[in-house]
Amino acid sequence: MTRKKWFLKGMKAGIPISLGYFAVAIALGIAARNAGFNPFQAALTSLLINASAGEYVGFDMVRVGAPILVLALMELVANARYLLMSASMSQKLKPGVGTLQRLLLGFTVTDEIFGVSMGLPVPLDPCFTYGAFCVATAGWTSGTFVGALLGNILPISVLSALGVGLFGMFISIFVPEARRNKVVGALVLISFALSAGFHYLPYLRNINSGITTIVLTVVISLGAAIFFPIKDKTDKEEKTESEETA
Amino acid sequence: MNIYLYIAVMAGVTFLIRVLPLTLIRKEIKNKTVRSFLYYVPYVTLAVMTFPAILEATQSPTAGLVAFLAALVLAFFGRSLFQVAVASCLTVFIVELFTHPFW
Repeated sequence: MTRKKWFLKGMKAGIPISLGYFAVAIALGIAARNAGFNPFQAALTSLLINASAGEYVGFDMVRVGAPILVLALMELVANARYLLMSASMSQKLKPGVGTLQRLLLGFTVTDEIFGVSMGLPVPLDPCFTYGAFCVATAGWTSGTFVGALLGNILPISVLSALGVGLFGMFISIFVPEARRNKVVGALVLISFALSAGFHYLPYLRNINSGITTIVLTVVISLGAAIFFPIKDKTDKEEKTESEETA
Repeated sequence: MNIYLYIAVMAGVTFLIRVLPLTLIRKEIKNKTVRSFLYYVPYVTLAVMTFPAILEATQSPTAGLVAFLAALVLAFFGRSLFQVAVASCLTVFIVELFTHPFW
């Protein structure tokens, strides 16, 4: 497949992400406005940072006037999972990708972009990810702008419905793999259970959710890697149907 | 404090987190445990982030729960990413017509 074809395929995969982003970003734009950002500054933040939790945290820190160092630390915690995603992506990448491309590719890593990129049944051509990112970030950035400009006008029933779109996307990424691979299926259920535990149980629920996400991800994935290591490289290449969906 | 300074700090920290592993890890990792770990990471982290957060993304937890179950079933039977996402949005909208009527 040529680079252009990969880019176009990526753009197609980016359309539903972009729509979901637009909706979620409106809520983010409202948060930015409350922190004293004008629509341009809000959109610039979304263009450069491109991370829902990270931006929410950031806007909140600015709103309460937190020191820069605290802002930097919170940003690190809220976005630490991208460290793992980036490492995971380095193994998915096709051979011969240079430093500049890797910097560019790293910049595009978000939960959803990562999800569709890793869902490909073949080694990753960065052009696919760029295509998905360009379309997705258009929705993300414009949504933030609109939210900061006139977020209070949209009916809450519409915002509420649009808000679950991103979760729908997450689900459509891990469920097919869970169906194919029993270990992944079990891990998904364990993840749900532990995540709920950290969300609702006393003491545990006081822990910052960014920390919870990264700790649970590391503990569960590491446990699975030790007790249920993947068999062989060829096993992974066998999944063929996954990306026809995106 | 200057808002652009805040934006620059947020962007700088986030950029470093995202690019360091991709630029530093150049070779195929041979270690089986590390490879397995990186294979499991995406599914685990997406699952952790989905539940129970989806229950709080909506006005009523019921709507979130129904959308969650609908999305699980549709994804299980091979519906596309787009179909699953749209269906979960519609589910919330319809359920909230009953739980949070706006008329």
